Amino acid sequence: MSEDARDSLPHFVSPEPWEPAWREVPSPAQLRYYQAPHWRLVWWRFRRHRLAVLSGAVLLALYLSILVSEILAPYALDTRHSDFIHAPPQALHLFQDGHFVGPFVYGFDYRLEMSNLQRIYTENPARVEAVQFFCHGDRYRFWGLAEGDIHLLCPAEGGTLFLLGTDRLGRDLLSRLVYGTRVSLTIGLIGVTLSFALGISIGGFAGYYGGWVDTLTQRAIEIIRSFPELPLWLALSAALPVTWSPLLVYFGITLILGLLDWTGHARAVRSKFLALREEEFVQAALLMGASPARIVFRHMLPNFASHLIASATLSIPAMILGETALSFLGLGLRAPIASWGVLLNEALNINVVVLYPWLMLPVLPVLVTVLAFNFLGDGLRDAADPYQ
Amino acid sequence: MLNYTIRRLLLMIPTLVAVSIIVFIIIRLPPGDYLSTSIAELEAQGEAADPQKIAFLRQAYGLDLPAWQQYLNWAGGLLHGDLGYSFAYNLPVDDIIGDRLGLTVLLSVSTIAFTWIVAFPIGLYAATHQHSLGDYGLSLVGLIGLAMPNFLAALVLLYLANTLFGISIGGLMDDRFIGQPWSWPKLGSVLAHLWIPVIIIGTAGTAGMVRRLRANLLDELRKPYVTTARAKGLAPLRVLVKYPLRMALNPFVADLGMLLPQVISGSAIISVVMSLPTTGPLLLEALRSQDMYLAGSMLMFLAFLTVIGVFLSDLALAALDPRIRLGGGIGR
Repeated sequence: MSEDARDSLPHFVSPEPWEPAWREVPSPAQLRYYQAPHWRLVWWRFRRHRLAVLSGAVLLALYLSILVSEILAPYALDTRHSDFIHAPPQALHLFQDGHFVGPFVYGFDYRLEMSNLQRIYTENPARVEAVQFFCHGDRYRFWGLAEGDIHLLCPAEGGTLFLLGTDRLGRDLLSRLVYGTRVSLTIGLIGVTLSFALGISIGGFAGYYGGWVDTLTQRAIEIIRSFPELPLWLALSAALPVTWSPLLVYFGITLILGLLDWTGHARAVRSKFLALREEEFVQAALLMGASPARIVFRHMLPNFASHLIASATLSIPAMILGETALSFLGLGLRAPIASWGVLLNEALNINVVVLYPWLMLPVLPVLVTVLAFNFLGDGLRDAADPYQ
Repeated sequence: MLNYTIRRLLLMIPTLVAVSIIVFIIIRLPPGDYLSTSIAELEAQGEAADPQKIAFLRQAYGLDLPAWQQYLNWAGGLLHGDLGYSFAYNLPVDDIIGDRLGLTVLLSVSTIAFTWIVAFPIGLYAATHQHSLGDYGLSLVGLIGLAMPNFLAALVLLYLANTLFGISIGGLMDDRFIGQPWSWPKLGSVLAHLWIPVIIIGTAGTAGMVRRLRANLLDELRKPYVTTARAKGLAPLRVLVKYPLRMALNPFVADLGMLLPQVISGSAIISVVMSLPTTGPLLLEALRSQDMYLAGSMLMFLAFLTVIGVFLSDLALAALDPRIRLGGGIGR
């Protein structure tokens, strides 16, 4: 080898400390990802599912609305307008004769058709009734505690504001819908909490101990599942005493809905427990002397908590629909309470479909909520395992 | 397979006994019984009820016996086909529900058939045309079907069927066939009325089925053997039908057990809305008036139908997939 050749290959020693994995030094972004805790990974994964995020936002808005139902509703729950029975919805307008007026409705002219005694309401373009904001209207008791009369929307002085029409007693449907949201949304939430608690404890018990406890639970679950849901709900709610107060009936119905739904959760928890019990990290915890409670709650439960939450989300719609069906048949919640099902009960008659179709509008929030819970549940389920 | 069948059959017996006990407890839950309710009603109307007659009735119906004895009488009767006695109708329960049971079964079976027939091609299409306009459109329709309270859909469809096609509102047959013996025209009339409830009850189940079939088929289609088959030049239809479809068919059988309670629940409420002569409206009526043997026998019948359905679907699954049969005893 000649001198020249050696010069063309200069000897080089890097002053940097030697890094065996230098090719794989992660960028700050990657580092952030690799070091992120489980829940942040779930969130990042969930965020990619746009429909689920949107559904989550819609549901959040709906649930926030039940905090201030009294303010959002233009009228109080039971205000009757005997002059406006079965009035159709009033459309919201912005422009009058090409001029911007702001949101307003046209007042109604009322006429009784003498041939068939039908009430006929016509919009009178001469009567412009501007909607007022943050104004004093019907008095209410905020959550049954404090008196108040502030509303987000009010009708003009002497005017009306029936954006979704009125029912057979002349009560504003929109206001009743807003109040009904409070009942319908919480019934699903409380019911799911109940069935969730039952499912986790019973399923966990069966899965952890196995053996005859497991067999017994499995049989019990099979028996409960062999009942068709709705007839059983009907039978149980028919058993609620008529003398109960509306609040008691509400809790009774919630209990019935929750009591029959836990079997699915129990099954999922049990099978997960049986599988996880054999994992090395559980064995390790056991050998280190962890108590059964610690093993279950610290080591096993976090492993599939996200799955459970997703499946709980997916079971809320069934409860909302169940309440609607029961109330629709007159066996669920009853009149002084307003829920979506109770409102739909008014639409039980086929005449309503023909004459007063707006009484079927409570189906829209039901539809939106059920769809939103479905999308949210789907998104959560996909995000529950972010390591794929 | 025979072993498995026998074991499953034997397991049904304790299940049915437990179901009957639960049913009996539930129908006795409301305070009072039919007689005390009707006495209260009579008194409210200002009529005095004859105490002697009431005591006689109470004894005749066995309402004065302890609960366990009442249960044994009722359950024993069920075993040899005596469904008990309806207070409200003053007739044996058999006479009231005879025809209704048959129509309930007919409605449930046709609904499940509808679910299968509709879900199969749609699921197939959605999976093979993933992310296409048709896929999204069908998914949307399915989701709305899932989210719509079906009693309301029933009302609207009834109205449309009446205005567009001139079909009489409600019922399962034309008025002139009610109470008539079965004949071809009567069957035709029933079939002409049947499609509305079948569509409405079936929608929710169909939507779920399409989703599952689509997901399963998509999983299968991503597997290497499908690529191999394609690379070897197999015709596209054959690639689809030969293996992936077979594997994806499991939910159709497995879901029968789940579908049946759902269909029966759905038919109960739809029957009330559309006044179909199935068990639904009668059950509701019986529950309201505390006609306990009528309500109990009907609940029992519905539960029995479900248990049979689950049994059949388990058998079919075991025949389809031997792993299930062998693993059945371990329960993992």
